[in-house]
Amino acid sequence: MTADHEVDARLTPEALAAESRHLAKCWGEERGILAWFSTVDHKRLGLRFIVTAFVWFAFAGVLAALMRLQLARPNNDVLGPDLYNQVFTTHGTAMMFLFAVPVVLGFGVYFVPLMVGARTIAFGRLLAFSYWLFLFAGIFLYGMFLLNIGPDRGWFSYVPLAGPEYGVGHRPDVWAQLVTFTETSALGVAICLITTIFKLRAPGMSLNRMPLFVWTELVTSFMIVFAMPSVFMASATLVLDRLVGTQFYNHAEGGDALLWQHLFWFFAHPEVYVIFLPATGIISTVLPTFARRPVFGYLAIVLAVISTGFIGFGVWVHHMFATGLPQFSISFFTTASLMIVVPTGVQVFCWIATLWSGRVSFPAAMLFVLGWFQVFIIGGLTGVMLASVPLDLQLHDTFFVVAHLHYVLIGGTLFPLLGGIYYWFPKMTGRLLDERLGKTSFWILIAGFNMTFFPQHILGVMGMTRRMYTYPPELDWGPLNMLSSAGAVLIALSLALFLFNVVTSLRRGAAAGDNPWGASTLEWATTSPPADYNFLPWPTVSGRDPLWERFPEQPVVAGLSHEKREVLVTHVMDAEPDHRKEFPGPSLWPFLAAVAVSGLFIGSILTPWAVVVGSLPTTIALIAWFWPRSGKPPDELSREIEESDKAGKEAA
Amino acid sequence: MKRRAIDVSHLPTHAFGHRSIMWWGGAGLMAIEGTMFVLLIVAYIYLKGRSPEWPPGHFAPVLFWGTVNTAVMLASLVPNHFTKAAADRLDLQGTRLWLSVSLLFAYAFVVIRIFEFGSLNVWWDSNAYGSIVWTLLGFHTAHLLTDVIDSTVFAVLLFTGPLKKSHFVDVSENSYYWYFVVLFWLPVYGVIYLAPRLA
Amino acid sequence: MPTIIQSALHPAGPQAAQLATLWWVMFWTCTVVYVVVLGFLIMALRRGRSRDLERPAARQLTRWVAAAAGVTLVILVGLLTVSVTTGRAIASLSAPDALTIQVTGNQWWWSVEYSHPEPSLRFTTANELHLPVGRPVRILLKSSDVIHSFWVPNLHGKIDLIPGRQNQVWLQVDRPGVYRGQCAEYCGLQHAHMAFSVVAEPSDDFERWATAQRQPAPEPSNALEQKGREVVESGPCAMCHTVRGTLAGGRFGPELTHFASRSTIAAGTAPNTPGYLAGWIADPQRMKPGARMPATGLSADELQAVLAYLSTLK
Repeated sequence: MTADHEVDARLTPEALAAESRHLAKCWGEERGILAWFSTVDHKRLGLRFIVTAFVWFAFAGVLAALMRLQLARPNNDVLGPDLYNQVFTTHGTAMMFLFAVPVVLGFGVYFVPLMVGARTIAFGRLLAFSYWLFLFAGIFLYGMFLLNIGPDRGWFSYVPLAGPEYGVGHRPDVWAQLVTFTETSALGVAICLITTIFKLRAPGMSLNRMPLFVWTELVTSFMIVFAMPSVFMASATLVLDRLVGTQFYNHAEGGDALLWQHLFWFFAHPEVYVIFLPATGIISTVLPTFARRPVFGYLAIVLAVISTGFIGFGVWVHHMFATGLPQFSISFFTTASLMIVVPTGVQVFCWIATLWSGRVSFPAAMLFVLGWFQVFIIGGLTGVMLASVPLDLQLHDTFFVVAHLHYVLIGGTLFPLLGGIYYWFPKMTGRLLDERLGKTSFWILIAGFNMTFFPQHILGVMGMTRRMYTYPPELDWGPLNMLSSAGAVLIALSLALFLFNVVTSLRRGAAAGDNPWGASTLEWATTSPPADYNFLPWPTVSGRDPLWERFPEQPVVAGLSHEKREVLVTHVMDAEPDHRKEFPGPSLWPFLAAVAVSGLFIGSILTPWAVVVGSLPTTIALIAWFWPRSGKPPDELSREIEESDKAGKEAA
Repeated sequence: MKRRAIDVSHLPTHAFGHRSIMWWGGAGLMAIEGTMFVLLIVAYIYLKGRSPEWPPGHFAPVLFWGTVNTAVMLASLVPNHFTKAAADRLDLQGTRLWLSVSLLFAYAFVVIRIFEFGSLNVWWDSNAYGSIVWTLLGFHTAHLLTDVIDSTVFAVLLFTGPLKKSHFVDVSENSYYWYFVVLFWLPVYGVIYLAPRLA
Repeated sequence: MPTIIQSALHPAGPQAAQLATLWWVMFWTCTVVYVVVLGFLIMALRRGRSRDLERPAARQLTRWVAAAAGVTLVILVGLLTVSVTTGRAIASLSAPDALTIQVTGNQWWWSVEYSHPEPSLRFTTANELHLPVGRPVRILLKSSDVIHSFWVPNLHGKIDLIPGRQNQVWLQVDRPGVYRGQCAEYCGLQHAHMAFSVVAEPSDDFERWATAQRQPAPEPSNALEQKGREVVESGPCAMCHTVRGTLAGGRFGPELTHFASRSTIAAGTAPNTPGYLAGWIADPQRMKPGARMPATGLSADELQAVLAYLSTLK
């Protein structure tokens, strides 16, 4: 520690410049193909998650456009039943597994380490492995679709329709393995995020000073840890039934079709909160920035997010109200499904209070976030209607549910996501997106979205069920379907404008600087884009909105090595410095292991022996991944151990 | 610029227990796999509740091999405990010794597991009961195998090097994982071997 | 064809009526909530733009937020109460010795079996239910293959047909008429073409219909119809279909004994007219690709004969 009037020798401009050169060399990555496959940098990988997810989103959007084309008129013949069934299944499966979850995790991967003031993410190689699995998953699913082996049993793949007797061929196996790919990937990322959030925060960032976006990523990651195993069990038992003749879902031998529904929905309901909560985290980030004040009700929002996470595990049977389960157990789920509205309501009220007492401006990012209010709240309210068992019996499995789910998913997640992109694009690229294009695309999107999906509420009440490849003219569903399909054109236009904005701004966008919005969280305390080592000097915090709280006077961390990749590990509760850990550098093994594992997953569609055979390269790749690169011989180790023992005792 | 610097250069370069990030990775893995075990057990109970006769035909698994293996697994916790203690104090010779002893138990319980499968008295494709019992046992076996492979790799590394202090943390974490695999076996044993014998 | 209103908001029975009421209660409550919340949002945005208005104290804001959360809870409890009450009411319909109908879902048609304590008074039909007006009727629901769902929006919510389980719903129709129902759980290729009709008629008409349904098929009255019957008995039709009173006893497809009395074919896919029927029998895969009925390979003469015979099965 230095006296007040002296500048620490390590913090002079010359020292910092030299340090930055060392750090750049230590944390930097080489260019070239091999480096591209070996990266463990959370910013590169986070960006890859986001971009790849949007590519899968675009393909799934094309599938949606095909559906709207087919449904625009009664008895239409654009798509026959077989292709239509593949299209709606692949659309739903891709949107849920290949877009929604990976994209919210991708934002977490990029921004959580920055927001908590860490040098990088924990378990970078696990993160890389998870990314490669995710990439292969999308190539696999869309590849199978193009080969006419796309899954066609609905994104929730009910049995016995997807079972060995009625799901002939390999299509349901493709679905099951797509799930295995993506859920393994998500679990990997969840572990990285939880560990980073708990152990790598900058000194001073106690849990109650963490940005709300980080809280939502934490809760989401926990939800993934406890929910994904259920879908793993479901898809694994389905594959077992189909591949080796187990009888989990065959009622003739003691199995039960409803077991599938319980296992699937126990996962899938928390899954939608996994998708939704980080989006509320984005709102809690963007909205206060453009209201020029810290968010109102930080503690209430944290409690709301956590309680949503818990209650989200207690509502899954509301997807099964029509199955004939006993009344008394079903009422519990109605109650829980209604109660989950309260924490979300609290978040809404806190945001309105923030706006009420702030000074509001309306850049494009803010417009998208405000769009959430118009769209998601309708979805939430139709959810209340669906939570009522008797009413649900009329509305279940109709276009009313299709409308509801798109209002909560697109309104609840896509709108804040787009707002997050307008907000964070400058940080990731150093350039601003064009504001006028952004605002135009916002208005087109909100008009097009409502035009597409609002009529579907009415169609559902009028008796139009889901998953129909066509409908007869005498039911009078034609006009509203035509309106809905016309709205889809506007959605496509808006997204095309967004893409155009991204592509042109990458080249010609205005320079952003470190903090174009005057925001308060740590990611804005470094360059745009951030250096490979994230921060210099390394910040500490003493409040929730560090950049609004006399940031230049905050102490900084010094003393970490710049010869090796050293990261400061801190305590869980109050982020006091604990020890220094050397993190591994780039490695090709995560990629190779992902290839081996993918071979195992895909092979097991064809034969159970693939699991045995595939285990060998997988095991080899994982061992090679772990095996340390040659370094010091064992006897130098004992000296090191002694020294570190001594240092540890002195520090204690 | 009157900025203070907080100097961390004196901090140790490794830590044990929940202070280490490896612990959190391991804890995450245990949470995931523990949830899977719980779900499998719940599925067992669910299917049992829907069956008039359980097991169908009333052929419960033979108790012998499963009980022997449980004893072997529990016994393996002793060398496992000493392995962890040695790793925690960075004792290279002690870790080498006790991990090797633990491995002997591990190879034993993997071999006995093969006999367990043979003594279940049902095939996985006979009925839903057979399916869930084989899946429960199979899933736990996957954990035994992972434990064996992990521990073998660490044992080899301990003898060949190159070693770092953090590898002792890894061995310590592996011991935690071993505890998890053995302790989670107990309810699974109860479900597979004892539940069919309840009235 | 004339417009069919298959809508949950056009109730023809007491249960659908209660559900429609519940719908409107929830709809208006949600609309008011939406308008109020968005109203506050817009006011907040306008306040936020003006720089002169005083910033409210944190305590005041806390009170408003807590009050809003409290109001939310109260509204939810209210909606829960209305929902539970409605649920109990619609499930409470029952009657001793009620008419019982066993509906079995198949890919992609409905088997409808009218139960009776006296076995000789039972009969089977397909894709069409007749119900007497004003009386609770018990519908049993099972599936022979995958999960289906039985839904007539004008009468009641939907109940799933799950293989290995028997579900049950009580229905009552108060207004005579023809209502359309359809399968509401994705069940494969032709889920979109698995509809059925519910004909609600006064008790006397219903009894007349039931008595007619119990009769075996009438004898052919001319040579063409006779030939038609022979083709049905000895050709591919008998492998799947039953016509009581003839040698055709197949159990895989819909019962055809009184086929001509039904208004649609192929589970509501097309009207039951000679033109559509001819097309269907000649090549079912054109009208309903994937349907379990294969092309019959009948010659033109045989087809004419079969059509003539089928038209007698009233």
